[in-house]
Amino acid sequence: MPEQVKPRVNDFVVKFANVNGSGSASANGLFARSILRMGVPVAARNIFPSNIQGLPTWYEVRVTEAGHLGRRGGVDLMVAMNPQTWDKDLAEIETGGVLFYDSTKPMPASKFRDDITVVGVPLTAMCNERYQVPRERQLFKNVVYVGALAALLGIETATIQQLISEDFAGRQRLIDANFEALKMGHDYVTQNLEPLKLQVRRADRVGDRIYVEGNAAAALGAVYGGATVCAWYPITPSTSLAEAFTGYCADLRTDPETGQARYAIVQAEDEIASIGIVVGAGWNGARAFTATSGPGISLMTEFIGLSYFAEIPAVIFDVQRGGPSTGMPTRTQQADLLAAAYASHGDTKHPMLLPADPGECFEMGALAFDLADRLQTTIFVMLDLDIGMNEWLTAPFAWDDARKLDRGKVMTYEELEAGRDFGRYLDVDGDGIPYRTYPGVHPTKGAYFTRGTSRNPYARYSEEGSVYVDNMERLLRKFDSAKALMPAPIVRKAKRKTRDGAIYFGSSTGAMHEALEALEGQGRHLDALRVRGFPFAGEVFEFIAAHDRVFVVEQNRDAQLRTLIVTEGEVDPAKLVPVLHYDGTPITARFIAGEIATLMAVGSVIEAAE
Amino acid sequence: MTYITKPQLHHPGLAKNALGFTRRDYEGSVSTLCAGCGHDSISAAIIQAVYELELPPHKIAKLSGIGCSSKTPDYFLGASHGFNTVHGRMPSVLTGANLANKDLIYLGVSGDGDSASIGLGQFAHAMRRGVNMLYIVENNGVYGLTKGQFSATSDKGSKSKRGVVNHDAGIDLVGMALQLGATFVARSFSGDKDQLTPLIKAGLMHKGAAFIDCISPCVQFNNHDGSTKSFDYVREHNEAVNRLDVISPRAPIRVDYAPGETVRVQQHDGQVLSLHKLAELYNPNNRAQALGYLQARQARGQVVTGLLYVDPQSGDLHDALDTVATPLNELGEAELVPGAAALAKINAGLR
Repeated sequence: MPEQVKPRVNDFVVKFANVNGSGSASANGLFARSILRMGVPVAARNIFPSNIQGLPTWYEVRVTEAGHLGRRGGVDLMVAMNPQTWDKDLAEIETGGVLFYDSTKPMPASKFRDDITVVGVPLTAMCNERYQVPRERQLFKNVVYVGALAALLGIETATIQQLISEDFAGRQRLIDANFEALKMGHDYVTQNLEPLKLQVRRADRVGDRIYVEGNAAAALGAVYGGATVCAWYPITPSTSLAEAFTGYCADLRTDPETGQARYAIVQAEDEIASIGIVVGAGWNGARAFTATSGPGISLMTEFIGLSYFAEIPAVIFDVQRGGPSTGMPTRTQQADLLAAAYASHGDTKHPMLLPADPGECFEMGALAFDLADRLQTTIFVMLDLDIGMNEWLTAPFAWDDARKLDRGKVMTYEELEAGRDFGRYLDVDGDGIPYRTYPGVHPTKGAYFTRGTSRNPYARYSEEGSVYVDNMERLLRKFDSAKALMPAPIVRKAKRKTRDGAIYFGSSTGAMHEALEALEGQGRHLDALRVRGFPFAGEVFEFIAAHDRVFVVEQNRDAQLRTLIVTEGEVDPAKLVPVLHYDGTPITARFIAGEIATLMAVGSVIEAAE
Repeated sequence: MTYITKPQLHHPGLAKNALGFTRRDYEGSVSTLCAGCGHDSISAAIIQAVYELELPPHKIAKLSGIGCSSKTPDYFLGASHGFNTVHGRMPSVLTGANLANKDLIYLGVSGDGDSASIGLGQFAHAMRRGVNMLYIVENNGVYGLTKGQFSATSDKGSKSKRGVVNHDAGIDLVGMALQLGATFVARSFSGDKDQLTPLIKAGLMHKGAAFIDCISPCVQFNNHDGSTKSFDYVREHNEAVNRLDVISPRAPIRVDYAPGETVRVQQHDGQVLSLHKLAELYNPNNRAQALGYLQARQARGQVVTGLLYVDPQSGDLHDALDTVATPLNELGEAELVPGAAALAKINAGLR
């Protein structure tokens, strides 16, 4: 066995290779959370197949005292529990890294590598000896390896026990059984093996941050944003958003006196009905949303066009997955930007919010409802599988109790009664945003006929060309008004003055920041701008104008953000250099740094030649 | 269409209902449908029904899909909010509207293309959810707006105006509504206002999913020999099982029928449906019998009309979801936003 090359404390990547349905998920989660409880930040990601049982699944835990929450790339310790993927998993280990495996069955030397440390624990043999029921043998094997890893990596046993006690509070038998399995693994290592040079050491770098999935955060945002109607159809990776909303509503939105619901959730027959229900509820003055993924957006486009043209508030959480078509349902991408931004036939544009982490999923999840009411149109909140379905370390949720829900321009009974002129599509304030009325507001005033056909400012049917054009122009003014309401982009200046820039968004953020640091270490300086909303603020185009070359980093094949920027800002495409990662796994810092370094090096060579 | 407005001045002698509205106050814009269209008769029956029920027009929301029938909400209840949605999707939009405000009365107007073809799924699911609404299909068995193609309710063997014979089986929306759990199911005929108006009244006041399939001959494309949805065919084959009167607890309406067997059905709100039975053995409170009766008569080429089924104990989607009494669109920050303290607790649970 070779000497492990680099001792590493609180800075390494562990990857668990498991079989789907083997019960490994909770044990792996326990492993990650115990490190968090030791004050060391982790970034954990599930990489799972689109099936229920039997296919390979991976769980990657990045232990990162420095707080890099994006994916780094590469694996330092592979926990190889799946014979099906052995060769691939073995190959992924960094030189000098560690392979942890179940040594019950002897393996030929050809199945290993000589540039890594191999650690075998006879997990199956130990479990077969201790447990009789096959299911127990399977489930406790996961906890046994957590115990073994804890001993190998220096994770505190008491911390793991504390988590087990919290998870199984009130079920002492389960607590005892898990403690025993944990100890079994731990004891084996202490009696037979040496600790690894990869070590976890107690730190104080987690602070008051919380550990939560983006889907749950967005659902909680919807609760705080005042959403009362949710209509949805199950689709990976958005399902847990609607389910989390259901759970939070039961806790937070039940009338304490009557026990009745201050919300209505309908699992609709499909995505079309889901958005139809949302549009109907929005038309009638309730805050409503649906959660879906790319295939759902495709189905919803006709209604999204209606929402745009008839000006009805709606919120869609799009938890993006690998497309097109059924694509890669359990893999991540940022590939619905164009489909969302311009959804529907005819000339349409829709505002989008682009959260980077669960904290922003909460904030933007709440903000979306104010924006939908204010702008009277569909607002997209663009999550992706990486943010939505993985637990992320994020700033605690915050809420200002003085904050009021912005219901936008709604003409009241009193205003109608006082004789205020009501034209449903009349631009009275010059911002392109008209007033609306809720159905039933007044016995004789304020009623109008909502339709997807062309009409005049007083909602009367009209096919007059000039009337149609005026209305379409007003909708553009409204879209322009949206710019000031979107979350502003965030600029991260390089340490040195530079003519190079980078634009990025969403779940690429963590990896991007780490890549920028790495590039800086190589003497490559870039200003960076994170886009957080569409339509783009003027700052985005000012940033581009202030640089000679801007890398646009995104997780899709066709450079969709770049296309949006070029189209909406009439930017010279030659200035925007795409950096694209779209294999379905979350983008890594190494990938971004590598691509940009290469592109910059090539650029320098060309400049030198000139 | 709405750019053709009607004069607002009414004859001073027009009768007013208890709310002070005349029948004209429940009208809408001038219809742009073909002269003699059955749909206009249905609009007139809706106006009459709402006038007689003395409902404030602004408390009714009228929704439709796309097609000739779906244009009609413009032609009645001008003081009501209306929503002409997208093709085949009125049921979902109505469901959402209903969830937002349980206090309005919801009238969905659709056609056989809108409900039996593109919208069959949404029709089915709105029925099985028990959305509180009256859903009227103005059924002419033909695509009028696109000039005469067969629709999914065209009977097998019926002949188009161009002489083409329909080879596909027709969908019977009444049978479907019964199977899907609608709690008020009726069929009527646009040419029979005396039967239709009370059915609309009862359907509007029914709690839960009320469905009326109203055969409405298309004078342009489906009123010829060989059509099973023509005025002549329906008149000749109509088999009315009952005649209905709606007796509201507030303003009893005199029953005009000659003495015969009468079934009285009390609805949840105290309203009484007085059914004058024409078919001796017909029982409108038995879903299974209704289905059997319907199919037996259909096999004999008869079109059964009347109130085919009503569940006096019906509930609706809001009952199933157990929503609060206040309409959801009236809840404010205090009821909806849990606040910073609740959030602090949630944060603590995520560490």
